Amino acid sequence: MRKERIDRGLKVRTEGIYAINSAREILYLMGPRLLLIAGLLALPFVFEFAPYWKRVINIMCAYALLAIAFDFLANYVGLVCLGGAFFTGIGGYFAAIYNVNLGLPIYLSIPLATVSGALLCTFFLLPCLPLRGVYFAIVTLMYPLLFTRIIEALDIFGGTNGITGLDSFPNPYLEHYAIIIIALVFLFGMRRFVNQDVGLVLRGVKDNDQSVKASGINVTRMRIIAVFVASFIGCFAGAYIAHLYMWAGISLFALDFSIIPIASVVIGGGGTLVGAAIGAFILVPLSEILRAFGTFRIVIYCIVLTGFIVFKSEGIMIYLQRKYHQFERWVKV
Amino acid sequence: MELIVYGIINSITLSLVSLGFTLVYSISRVPNFAHGALYITSGYLTWTFLDKFAGFPYPLAILAGIGITSIVGAMIYQFILVRIRGMEISEIIATYAIGLAILEGLRWGGLRGMTFTLPAFFTGSVNILGASVDYQRLIIVGAGLLTFALLYLFTRYTKIGLAFRGIAQDERAAMMLGINSDMTAVVSLAIGSALAGFAAILLLPLGNIVVETGYNVLIFAIAVCVIGGLGSWGGVIVASFIIGFAQILTEAFISAHYQMVVALLAIIITLLVKPSGIFGKQKELEERV
Repeated sequence: MRKERIDRGLKVRTEGIYAINSAREILYLMGPRLLLIAGLLALPFVFEFAPYWKRVINIMCAYALLAIAFDFLANYVGLVCLGGAFFTGIGGYFAAIYNVNLGLPIYLSIPLATVSGALLCTFFLLPCLPLRGVYFAIVTLMYPLLFTRIIEALDIFGGTNGITGLDSFPNPYLEHYAIIIIALVFLFGMRRFVNQDVGLVLRGVKDNDQSVKASGINVTRMRIIAVFVASFIGCFAGAYIAHLYMWAGISLFALDFSIIPIASVVIGGGGTLVGAAIGAFILVPLSEILRAFGTFRIVIYCIVLTGFIVFKSEGIMIYLQRKYHQFERWVKV
Repeated sequence: MELIVYGIINSITLSLVSLGFTLVYSISRVPNFAHGALYITSGYLTWTFLDKFAGFPYPLAILAGIGITSIVGAMIYQFILVRIRGMEISEIIATYAIGLAILEGLRWGGLRGMTFTLPAFFTGSVNILGASVDYQRLIIVGAGLLTFALLYLFTRYTKIGLAFRGIAQDERAAMMLGINSDMTAVVSLAIGSALAGFAAILLLPLGNIVVETGYNVLIFAIAVCVIGGLGSWGGVIVASFIIGFAQILTEAFISAHYQMVVALLAIIITLLVKPSGIFGKQKELEERV
């Protein structure tokens, strides 16, 4: 006996231009996407009477952004970033400096922090971009720890107390929808981006950098673009979190911001981008439930993560996609 | 004079810490991000044997600590890494996750505060060239030199050591000559973990067993290995002398807070100037895009 997988007829037809033929086929294509969009937009209303969980939605979306950035770097460019906290920390501190020290309003401080944070992160990561191998992972692993130490030692940016007194969002719905809409924009935007010319070259860099080089394309330049895009997303999440908590401190460089995105990507399914977001939607609420366990949460993530990598490396999203597009049956050989 | 003595001690400390990492990387090509965790595990196990089972002799506790750590290392390869061998992204994530799980698990299990210390082998100190050095540090220097010598002999005169070098130089050719790549990788992880454990037993009596040490050890080990050239053993010794003296000098003239900055700056400068490290000639072409 052998398991046979066959594409559903609907899928075969909707892959061509026939998709516009009937409402049913349009629904088949659009359904999952619409479900995700509508579900996310409805979340603040669903949790209207649970204010605590409404705040979790914000953090969940911020983590989803970080996970998308990690997934993009790891599975489309081939750079493993072990320090997502580096992006959030830089973005958060920039937002705090713009908002508190320079007195810029929130709608200026977040975009400015995102751009300048992304530039700074890219600059710091420049030395390891022309190299293959584990250097990127090593350097990104070190930066968050290093910045924590420097801020503690020099007592700059408020030292261990951090910078307090950032503006909060003018109203709670803006707070929710700002991050939800931007998470959706980045999610679908990145899906487009990786299929543009730039994205295709980036995938080429991951699979075979020599051939990309042979085509007369500068590999280092492509990687700089990729790191800029990823740190842009990460710094936005950091700036948003700083404004959400009205505080920027060394906990923005904490391990959580590095490990939860990695775990989300592995659980959700690497290389799908949507999977990364879905992984974050599963893990972050779980982490809130497990809050009482303290650092034991990190242990749980790591064990789940290792388990998924070893035994189910495709992740949830790819599994679901397969179930959605194909049916399986046993056949006699 | 003091600076030279302390510099030498610090350099040998660093090279002890990083030998395990470089051994694993050069043989199995796995960047073992769980190195720091294994270091702490060994210290914690030894402490457990000493503290929980009263009357357990110290040498036996040390042996047990190192032995169990090396078994843990071998098991990490045998049950986890062997399934994802060659997938670089998965290898990095998996070892990193295992390391974090061990460290944060220990922290959760109560490894906090100042109560976890190992006793020094001998107490007291001696005056060398005007610097007062306690016996523990002397033992570290002696044990470090002995480890280098033993590793040198081991890789040149034993069958398994020669197999290690074969795999490190050219895996395919070594496999054609009948060297089992997975088996050597398991043994390399076991020995690498044992080296981490050995370093822990020597160094931890100088301070407390705290989780943060695990992260620092990992970072210093990586810094030394990158500067010396990943996977090069001669490079480890030279690089640890460079970083060791640089650290002691910054500590003396600027501030002790900058030890990690020194390590990272050294990595960045190495990556900019000579990415393959001081002795990484063999792999130079492979690593540059």
